[in-house]
Amino acid sequence: MTTILDPTSERVPATRSLTPRPASLDGLTVGLLDIGKPRGDVFLNRIEELLTANGTTVLRYRKPTFTKPAPIDLRQEIALNCDVVIEALAD
Amino acid sequence: MALADGFVVFVKRDCPTCEVIVPTLRAIAKELPLTVFTQDDPAFPEGLSPINDTDLNKSFEFEVETVPTLLKVEAGVVTERLEGWLRSAWQEVTGLPDIGAELPEYRPGCGSLTNDHAVLDARLVVNYASELSSRTVSLGADEDDVEAIFERGWTDGLPVVPPTVERVARMLAGTTREPDEIVVLAPPDLVECTIEKIAINAVMAGCKPEYLPVVIAAVEAACTESFNAHGLLCTTYFSGPLVLVNGPYSRVIGMNSGVNALGQGNRANATIGRALQLVIRNVGGGRPGEIDRATLGNPGKYTFCFAEREHDSPWEPFHVERGFDERQSTVTLFAASGVQPAVDQLSREPEELARSLAACLRTVGHPKNVYVWDAMLVVSPEHARVFGEASWSKQRVRDEITSALQISADEIIKGAGGIAEGVPEQLSGTSIPKFREGGLQIVHAGGDAGLFSAIIGGWASGAVGSEIITKEITL
Repeated sequence: MTTILDPTSERVPATRSLTPRPASLDGLTVGLLDIGKPRGDVFLNRIEELLTANGTTVLRYRKPTFTKPAPIDLRQEIALNCDVVIEALAD
Repeated sequence: MALADGFVVFVKRDCPTCEVIVPTLRAIAKELPLTVFTQDDPAFPEGLSPINDTDLNKSFEFEVETVPTLLKVEAGVVTERLEGWLRSAWQEVTGLPDIGAELPEYRPGCGSLTNDHAVLDARLVVNYASELSSRTVSLGADEDDVEAIFERGWTDGLPVVPPTVERVARMLAGTTREPDEIVVLAPPDLVECTIEKIAINAVMAGCKPEYLPVVIAAVEAACTESFNAHGLLCTTYFSGPLVLVNGPYSRVIGMNSGVNALGQGNRANATIGRALQLVIRNVGGGRPGEIDRATLGNPGKYTFCFAEREHDSPWEPFHVERGFDERQSTVTLFAASGVQPAVDQLSREPEELARSLAACLRTVGHPKNVYVWDAMLVVSPEHARVFGEASWSKQRVRDEITSALQISADEIIKGAGGIAEGVPEQLSGTSIPKFREGGLQIVHAGGDAGLFSAIIGGWASGAVGSEIITKEITL
């Protein structure tokens, strides 16, 4: 394990912080990512209904297999097209 | 701990002289109180009950440079010190006239382990580690250290050297200043920036410890009100800090003032400028897209640092021109917006070369901008030779260029030449200098061949923007 010294002013925590959450979904595009497990689509379909009814743009994505991390091109596509991602875990 | 009166000897088994004097040490021990400290093998020398000094604490305490070292202690004070073996001296100091008769008269001994590089390094690390106060960040066992630092946003986009305690301790040995000394309030966040924080960022930039004094001086100069690092960072303009190094220290640390002086390839040039920018980014909190609003920026914002070619310049060194002694070493900070060429392969007379360089300088910012931007003209050796052979002083060169850049306002009023950019129409009929008084700097650098000089455009000049500043480098 490597220990390094913090090069910053130490005004923020050294642990990686979460990306700031948007205050509202107005005008944003939401990606729904199905990791590929059974019935994840049931949950995401319902989320899509609710978001669409709310006037939010929704794009759907699906991992090729839940056993591996999402491929780089899928991650890049989501990052390019979406402001927010909801990932469905199921079982 | 005070020593008991008598004799003390420091030895190591690895030293042939220490080996051959063992019978002599036994002879001394029979007659006199003798304490033996051994630096490497705790069992050596057999039969003399040596005290284990493999941690070298006693050796450092008594400043042992050579083994064997024989000390005579009286009333708790060292009154005699012998290094190596010299029979007559050992006989005299011990008062035992027969010792060592079978030995050669003289053996120089060996270096003490306290002089071993690895030992000194480990000790340095231990000494400094207790003085460091920065937060430590433990990376995960499966985390790549370089990638982890990227992810925390602590780099300029290129990989950095992970700032471990060991590396930072070695870096701090490059200055005599204390790690907790607050050097400046680093903009834009105006955070107290210590020597330690500068050292951490210097490690990350790839500096050697001997570069640290230059980095510290650059940080001090950058964070003055007149240089205005905060405004320089925030601007939409191209500019960033340029560090020009003058004086003997630039040569001590091997800086490049010659071939490709403004380019890549020299560690000191590359890392000193980078360290300054990392301090602004990491300590000051100045990051592109946040406070840094540059429309385009310029590649010199990664690093922009070079030394003046002083040894064969036709002019006095730049820092001497600015009031320093040539034996002093300095950094000069200039708000630089990038490099543009000034090509002239035909002028052989100083008058025509001055006019030619002036024509190139006219384009700084915009050919119709006057009195807005400063500039630094880096004159190459082949161009400087034209001036030198004509015995033109730097002031003469500047005066001739300034006179050639006294521009008729009618050429540059708004709309003239079908170009909207320009000076107000009310100035029609006047003439205006391209640069304000003191707004054109001239330095000497570059490789032996090439009838090219470099123009480094500045930023908003003087009190409305940034004022060039020179500061002495102290160790």
